[in-house]
Amino acid sequence: MSPALHPRLALAAALLLLGPQLGCATPPPSSDADAVADFNEANDPLEPTNRVLYAINNGLDTVILRPLAIAYRNVFPEPVRNGIHNVLSNLGTPVELGNDILEAKPRHAGDTSMRFLINTTVGVAGLFDVAKTVGYPDHDNDFGMTLALWGVPEGPFLYLPVLGPTNPRDAVGHGVDVVGDPFTWVGQGTVVTVLNWTRWGFNIVDQRERVLDPIDSIKKTALDPYATFRSLYRQHRRAQIEQARTDNRATIPIWFPQQAAAQQAAAQQAAAQQAAAKQAAAQQAAAAGQAAQQAVAAKN
Amino acid sequence: MLNRRKFISLIAALPAAFALPAVFSRRAWASAGGDRATSFIKATGEKLVAAINAAGSIEQRRQVVGGIIDADIDVNAVARFCLGRFWRTATPAQQQQYLGLFRNMLVTNISLKLGEYRGVRFTVGAAQDRDEGEIVSTVVARPNNPATNIQWVVANATADPKIIDVIAEGTSLRLTQRDDYASFLSQHGNNVDSLLGAIRQQVTQNG
Repeated sequence: MSPALHPRLALAAALLLLGPQLGCATPPPSSDADAVADFNEANDPLEPTNRVLYAINNGLDTVILRPLAIAYRNVFPEPVRNGIHNVLSNLGTPVELGNDILEAKPRHAGDTSMRFLINTTVGVAGLFDVAKTVGYPDHDNDFGMTLALWGVPEGPFLYLPVLGPTNPRDAVGHGVDVVGDPFTWVGQGTVVTVLNWTRWGFNIVDQRERVLDPIDSIKKTALDPYATFRSLYRQHRRAQIEQARTDNRATIPIWFPQQAAAQQAAAQQAAAQQAAAKQAAAQQAAAAGQAAQQAVAAKN
Repeated sequence: MLNRRKFISLIAALPAAFALPAVFSRRAWASAGGDRATSFIKATGEKLVAAINAAGSIEQRRQVVGGIIDADIDVNAVARFCLGRFWRTATPAQQQQYLGLFRNMLVTNISLKLGEYRGVRFTVGAAQDRDEGEIVSTVVARPNNPATNIQWVVANATADPKIIDVIAEGTSLRLTQRDDYASFLSQHGNNVDSLLGAIRQQVTQNG
């Protein structure tokens, strides 16, 4: 199929066209240090434009997407929705695996590969998440996270049509994920086009349905929903990235004696604990020795 | 006769012998704080589940929720955190009004959400010792929704444990609330009175 026909590529093109029509926020006077600190913390120099786009998105959501998500929830019982969600996330595993590898996370890459193999076969084309029950849990990954782990800063906050809250790093990441997705390029013809659009549509409705209750309650309780979504998006992304960064579980090759490896790890841990205790004791001893010397000196 | 070096090493060894158990007991003490925090969160969770499943009028429900909030949350500390730098510029009268409104807001919002949690199950995991307090991890599962990781930040775990923050899937509730208030204030000329008015209106709308 021609790339221009792909839903997410079309979206990317529309965003590029929208780019130049941006308005900027006026920073507070430099004499007001607290206000400047707040302005910098919000890191939202395009706030006026972002708020307009938020209002448009919010309006479309209210009249189209939210009713669709509610209908979806009412029509399909939970097990069916879970099955659809599992199929969609199984289709996302090639991109996830690519990012696992780019982030040099062997254990994640292993999990993702096993998930794809098990769920595509035993899990009936991804309908059932069998892999999770046999010890290969899912994790979040995308190219925005990869860029973050490579040290690319997030940049200012952006609110984009359809995509919603994001930032330059994550928006570029999203584009790279779309281009890097093998399903973007596989096959051609009407059937493939229809399937691609169907996947895209179901993805949006599935994701919206999963956050129906939280979003309703935020809109009800936040004084400034836009700012609340901004804060939540950032915190959530940081947590996702931190989780990926700190997960450095080792992968022991299958041919390596597993028991020996476990024993070695235990021995290392015990040694580290002993060393720590010794160090603490030595510090205490040194302090005590000093005190004794001082006492002797005071006596003399 | 003992030479000086031997004497000093002997003196040094004595406290070391005492220090060693001290190192371990200190570690035990820290995990006691963690145990205390986890059992505290377990108890709070059970109280909330009881409130969710209890039949009764809205007013009764609000009463129960208010009781849990006053007993288990350090409401004033959270409120001050959420107002950020504007706490300093607010007049004492505004501060008092704000503390009262903030508590009402918590009671209203939590009572409002209770209904969504019918059939909830929660499992309490381990506690971690951090700067801000003991962080207790829980998994909250409710029908029709994906399971959520929720962490509870408990201050003063050993003496008088109180919740000072709830972190849902990596998002801190008090930080989100502070960002909400800060943005509202910057949109309304940093006027604390208009914030108080907005909170009051929101409480009456949702209450």
